[in-house]
Amino acid sequence: MGDPYLSDGVDLGDVLLAAGKAVFAFTVLLVAVMLMVWFERKVVSRLQNRIGPNIAGPFGLFQTLADGIKLFFKEDVIPTKADRFVFQLAPYLSLIPAFLTFTIVPLAGDFSPGGSEGRVVIFGRETFMQVADVPVGILLFLAMSSLAVYGVMLAGWASGSKYPLLGSVRASAQAISYEAALGLSLASVLLLSGSLSTNAIVQVQAGEGFLGVVPNWNVIVSGFVPFIVFLIAGTAELNRPPFDFVEAEQEIVGGYHTEYSSIRFSLFFLAEFMNVVTLSAIMVTLFFGGPAGPAFGLLPGWVWGFIWFFSKLIVFLFLFVWFRAALPRLRYDQLMDLGWKVLIPLSLVWLLILAGIRLAQPDENGVSLLQVSDNPTINTAYFLGAALSVFALGALLLMVASKNARDDRLKSMGLKAVAIESAEVN
Amino acid sequence: MSLQTPEKQSPNTQQIENALTQQLDLLPRRDAVLRMSEVRAAEVADQPVSDDDDQTMMMNMGPAHPSTHGVLRLMLELDGETVVRSKPVVGYLHTGMEKTAETLTYLQGPTNVTRMDYASPLFNELVFSLAVEDLIGIEIPPRAVWIRMMMTELNRIASHLLFMATNGMDLGAVSMMIYGWREREQVLRFFQKVTGLRMNHNYIRPGGVAADLPDGWEQDVIDLLDMLPPRLEEYDILMTGQPIWRDRLQGVGVLTQAEAQALSTTGPLLRSTGISWDLRKDMPYLAYDDVDFDVIVGSYGDSFDRYAIRLNEIRESMRIVRQCVEKMPVGDYKAQDKKVTPPPRTRIDESMEALIHHFKIFTEGYKVPEGETYIGIESPRGELGCYIVSDGSAKPYRMHIRGPSFVNLQVMPHMMANGLIADAVVVISSVDPVLGEVDR
Repeated sequence: MGDPYLSDGVDLGDVLLAAGKAVFAFTVLLVAVMLMVWFERKVVSRLQNRIGPNIAGPFGLFQTLADGIKLFFKEDVIPTKADRFVFQLAPYLSLIPAFLTFTIVPLAGDFSPGGSEGRVVIFGRETFMQVADVPVGILLFLAMSSLAVYGVMLAGWASGSKYPLLGSVRASAQAISYEAALGLSLASVLLLSGSLSTNAIVQVQAGEGFLGVVPNWNVIVSGFVPFIVFLIAGTAELNRPPFDFVEAEQEIVGGYHTEYSSIRFSLFFLAEFMNVVTLSAIMVTLFFGGPAGPAFGLLPGWVWGFIWFFSKLIVFLFLFVWFRAALPRLRYDQLMDLGWKVLIPLSLVWLLILAGIRLAQPDENGVSLLQVSDNPTINTAYFLGAALSVFALGALLLMVASKNARDDRLKSMGLKAVAIESAEVN
Repeated sequence: MSLQTPEKQSPNTQQIENALTQQLDLLPRRDAVLRMSEVRAAEVADQPVSDDDDQTMMMNMGPAHPSTHGVLRLMLELDGETVVRSKPVVGYLHTGMEKTAETLTYLQGPTNVTRMDYASPLFNELVFSLAVEDLIGIEIPPRAVWIRMMMTELNRIASHLLFMATNGMDLGAVSMMIYGWREREQVLRFFQKVTGLRMNHNYIRPGGVAADLPDGWEQDVIDLLDMLPPRLEEYDILMTGQPIWRDRLQGVGVLTQAEAQALSTTGPLLRSTGISWDLRKDMPYLAYDDVDFDVIVGSYGDSFDRYAIRLNEIRESMRIVRQCVEKMPVGDYKAQDKKVTPPPRTRIDESMEALIHHFKIFTEGYKVPEGETYIGIESPRGELGCYIVSDGSAKPYRMHIRGPSFVNLQVMPHMMANGLIADAVVVISSVDPVLGEVDR
């Protein structure tokens, strides 16, 4: 495992290759972010009966560049009550994790059957088309996504102002409600792939799937539920509508970045859009096979990988823009409800089901770890049934619990009492 | 004598106190009203942070806040993000319009009042004109009555469409803002065709309306009425049936019947609590007796009811407008009373008397008999009233507008109590105040 060019010691060429790949990935990400901002504004405009940016460059493509230049030359205001050091540090705490996550994403490579398993040869060195194939890849992603919250939290706290403070409190409340679900939904994928390395996960998905027609993507193999949980939790992680509480303009006036201006403000936005691209890329990698897909000749295999990867990516980018145009914002306690009462139990039980099926299925030697019946089908069905009954029981308990909690909350708000009183008056 | 007086008064005081407590009992959440001076609030806000769990935070929402509908300011006392007590502060848009009215003639009056509730200007003109006509005691021709009714109902549609837009925006459904404006724009386009302006029309004047409807108005109105229903169904898809939308609105900002009545709320706010009170039905003015429409009433008094009431009031208004198009009588569009109506432009070229008459009306105005009157109409926000005292001159001695937005503001602290900041935004949005009318 690991990137093949690092397997036989490190020389100067390897270092140069690594640096070159990092620069290349950074450029790709920046260009992607620039296009993403344009794409989002254009699509949202169309969905809202507007035209959107159309002056700067062809189709308004350079609008982001123009905005960036404008922001760069604005005065950088730091409030007197702000904690200067933390205030200046926070944007970078958002930006750096956003980029670091992108390094583990396989951008291209020939993963088609009979292909090179994602290897390409650059300057005579065999390597993967990603900056680093870290053995703990997915853990790195989780770590970075947790780190990025600090940027938002510290920005709000250091601003020395009330609205940003509320934003940062919301950020931490939000983080504890979606992160557990995010990690648990990933556990299902890891269970199926048996590896944390992104390259290995893509290779597993490149294999032949059901009937040889359906792709072997994790989204299908894991039964859709982990993907949906990941999508919801991921949207929350991105602070994008309908979960954009930390910057909710209509409620807390921009939240954590209320007091930011000039380049620091644009760094936050850069980080936010980088996160959108990165998370979409991670989603494509984990659930939709990344660059895996058939190669049709004509072009070298790794170019097909690139085409597949970006086609899948654009679908998710559009999805996030669509969310923004179509959905009202939730209240942040509703996200906590959703996280703790629906997403976490659901992913836990789903993990249990997947694990049960995996244990019940026979391995190469025809022996399964959990053996109740000699017939492998009955054996699997047995554990599936057991898992589903646990699922049903859990769901029932949860429904009772959340109904009670709801009643309690209404009672504490005095609403029930008020309603009864008004009925008596009339 | 001196000894007897306190004894005689004490049961009275007791009675008054009892009556007062009874009244106050109608407002179980009255503790949610923040009664704190600006100075004290500033002191509280500057307190150092302590480890005390009971410490609350004072926060100002507005007057420059994206979702306080203009320049409303709310002083919020927060426990975390929970609103403990709150106080709406008004006056940031005060332009002294009521005082200005005392220096303007009755003919100039509508120009002034139309700027109060700028989302439904025709209602302000209507209520002012009705009051003046009541003082003079003139009858206005039926066509003017029906034009007024059609135009104000169209204005109600425009105003509620604006509510749809802002309510969507305040909840984060930003696309809804554009959709609401898009439809409102069509109504305003028709207004422009009729009155020459998109808002602040000065179209309804004492004695009738400023101009007859333009050629082809029937088709324009019918087109408008045909355009709206499918768009309203789109709103239903985008918002009414949307689970997040329902979660955000249902059970939020609940108002009880007792509270609504005790705080004299009117309009959709009152109707959301289940009280069917609509001046168009209960104290009909214009020709509302002759048209068929329903009063929409809610049952829970929450923000969702208020949203649904306004959405369906658009549909009811469309019914009224359609009947107006069918039943529109022919005839004069303003009263042929030489006292209030200037002569037509062509007469001025022919007759010296007409020229003098025209000059006198527009410089001196016309004298209105001594007296006072109050007229109330149902504006999109509730009971819009106009109280005029005339001293017999050409200018009102005193003009007062009962703005429904202003009166409705006082329920806010009660509705916001124990909610989150996000709920406070929903409450402001569902009260739908227009600050031009609040401050006047």
